[in-house]
Amino acid sequence: MNAVVEEHHDHDHKPTGIGRWLFSTNHKDIGSMYLWFAFTMFFIGGALALLIRAELFQPGMQIVEPEFFNQLTTLHGLIMVFGVIMPAFVGLANWQLPMMIGAPDMALPRMNNWSFWLLPGAFGLLLASLVMSLMGLGSAPNFGWTFYAPLSTTYGPDSTDYFIFSVHLMGISSVMGAINVIATIMNLRAPGMTYMKMPIFVWTWFITAYLLIAVMPVLAGVVTMMLTDRNFGTSFFDAAGGGDPVMFQHVFWFFGHPEVYIMILPAFGIISSIVPTFSRKPLFGYSSMVYATASIAFLSFIVWAHHMFTTGMPVAGELFFMYSTMLIAIPTGVKVFNWISTMWRGALTFETPMLFAIAFIFLFTMGGFTGLMLCIAPADFQYHDTYFVVAHFHYVLVTGAAFSIMAAVYFWLPKWTGNMYDEKLGKLHFWLTCISANVLFFPMHFIGLAGMPRRIPDYALQFAEFNQIASVGAFVFGFSQLIFLYVVIKCVRGGEKATDKVWEGAHGLEFDLPSPAPFHSYTTPPVVK
Amino acid sequence: MSVQTKKQTTDNPKIIGRLLLVVVAMFGFGFALVPLYDVFCDVTGLNGKTGDKVNFETAPTVDESRLVKITFLASLNESMPWEFKPQQNFIEVHPGKPTTINYIAKNISSKSIVGNAVPSVSPGLAAAYFQKTECFCFTQQELKAGEEKIMPVTFIVDSELSDEINEIALSYTFFISKQNNEDLADNNLTAKSINTFK
Ligand code: HEM
Ligand SMILES: [Cu+2]
Repeated sequence: MNAVVEEHHDHDHKPTGIGRWLFSTNHKDIGSMYLWFAFTMFFIGGALALLIRAELFQPGMQIVEPEFFNQLTTLHGLIMVFGVIMPAFVGLANWQLPMMIGAPDMALPRMNNWSFWLLPGAFGLLLASLVMSLMGLGSAPNFGWTFYAPLSTTYGPDSTDYFIFSVHLMGISSVMGAINVIATIMNLRAPGMTYMKMPIFVWTWFITAYLLIAVMPVLAGVVTMMLTDRNFGTSFFDAAGGGDPVMFQHVFWFFGHPEVYIMILPAFGIISSIVPTFSRKPLFGYSSMVYATASIAFLSFIVWAHHMFTTGMPVAGELFFMYSTMLIAIPTGVKVFNWISTMWRGALTFETPMLFAIAFIFLFTMGGFTGLMLCIAPADFQYHDTYFVVAHFHYVLVTGAAFSIMAAVYFWLPKWTGNMYDEKLGKLHFWLTCISANVLFFPMHFIGLAGMPRRIPDYALQFAEFNQIASVGAFVFGFSQLIFLYVVIKCVRGGEKATDKVWEGAHGLEFDLPSPAPFHSYTTPPVVK
Repeated sequence: MSVQTKKQTTDNPKIIGRLLLVVVAMFGFGFALVPLYDVFCDVTGLNGKTGDKVNFETAPTVDESRLVKITFLASLNESMPWEFKPQQNFIEVHPGKPTTINYIAKNISSKSIVGNAVPSVSPGLAAAYFQKTECFCFTQQELKAGEEKIMPVTFIVDSELSDEINEIALSYTFFISKQNNEDLADNNLTAKSINTFK
């Protein structure tokens, strides 16, 4: 029989010391490591963002050199995308998937250990280049998180090769994580749990894992082409040798657009778990949620050039990518309506996870609307590469993806630790975060529409007020996250005991387990009717 | 326990194997996008990419009723130490009629340099109808220190060109060829050096 299950019978107690973490094959320990890794990176990436906002507090050059500013925006983007959102979702998958499908652990526990431990290596390399830059030893990557050629090939600093290797490592880590998720979901579901009975979070991760497997190799491919262009004389992206820099953008965005859905589909799953719990009603339109998720995943492969409207595409191309992008709004809209219908006439209560979930629904939808504005090709000529785009993707990624992760942590933390978190502080954290995020990102719409370009350290005088407001919001947002850290640590250390069910309206196999959840989740599979 | 065994449809190694196949295939697909992209641009004429040398068996028919204005542009990739310009800024031609014009290039550095001219036509949709029978861009061009050279282009505008297009711009950019030897690279000529003065 399954080697995994067998193996875990031999040692029922936790291994101790540092070895417990280094050699861990336990889904909960690995999940915790992923989450703490993401949390750490969140503060590092956040510190870089605060430097950016400090520089932009006033027009003119204040604190950093323009070259360093470029490194700040690049590393901020890379860290937040690959070091925070993605690992946090993998951490949640690790904790939750086995519990939700009634399995003892992930299907491939050793690979799981590998997937995690590649990440500190990858980010160690990336951050090493920043440290060296601070010591005056050359530049860290400075070409933006999208690393367009020729900025990253012909003009890339020496540290670009570190960056390439680091992206390779992240890619391998994500692909292994995705294989693990798929194998777990396909093989370890409890008897009776058919695909259409799986919790939505499991479904969204199942589809996300396929997206990862389809596009992370393309990312690995594009950085490999960069590597050979830089060091081995090929000319994939170099016009002098017959290549084409615009092709870089095509290959990158073929990865890049599905990537943004990799960062939001698990969030949809989280919100679809939380909203029914606090509405005390089953999720409205379960199967339409599943189909909507699948169609978003499919459509995400045919819209990539909406990032390239201004590269001189012919009209036919502009129209195709404009309409295909607009199509995505339909399944996304289905989801939003389903969440609202779930809440409709429910017995609502507003604990912290629910507050974050409601904020998600509202603010993510705003990000979706600005997305729709951006996908109108003729309008995008004005919006492209301005702060309007920055506003768009921070609404979908911060008040979207990041809020969903915070919601998930509050929602499941009592199950993980056995203790209730401090609800008062949780609410304080929510309100500070929600208000400051809007103070931070909402003005960016206006300065963007007025023409302020992104990724530039200086700006014209007329943008000063809105930039100041945004910077104030940024600092409040940043420091509010210390409350989050405090709440999590406090909850891990102790507190009011949580019941097994944790929440009055909770459903799902993970809430049948005792709190805190035992080291090995379901050693005998439950039967799902 | 045993219930779970029976439920298991595919074993883990099989799943891993299949998924790894997808991973390898998608890695390959990323690279396949490179030729696919060129084929796509060739077929559709998008992106202003002009085709290779065209040979006509019989002379194409000339459409005397129509004139198309061709504008000539010349540019140098940033660190290319040459002068490069067309002998005339534009010409009006009848579609179907072979026309030759000249560009002039001069190497103003103290080293012999091999260059590579990359053509581009705009509007992009006209590219497929702009046929070159002779062009300095078909081969690498070498200029000795101080040497000046006349570089001819012979082209025919296809009479099938849509009526909506009456003006075409032909532009060339000269790049330093990667065939130049290493000491050129050290000689502050390649773009890498731009980084070092940061
Ligand atoms: C209705 C859904 C959406 C539509 C129609 C949409 C449309 C667009 C368009 C047209 C752009 C390009 C703007 C430009 O560069 O001029 C863009 C940029 C972006 N979008 Fe969206 N989007 C949607 C949802 C999302 C979601 C869910 C995410 C991530 C969770 C996301 C993340 C991003 C990011 C990161 C960028 C900027 C990339 C960059 O240039 O750095 N979008 N979006
Ligand atoms: Cu996109």
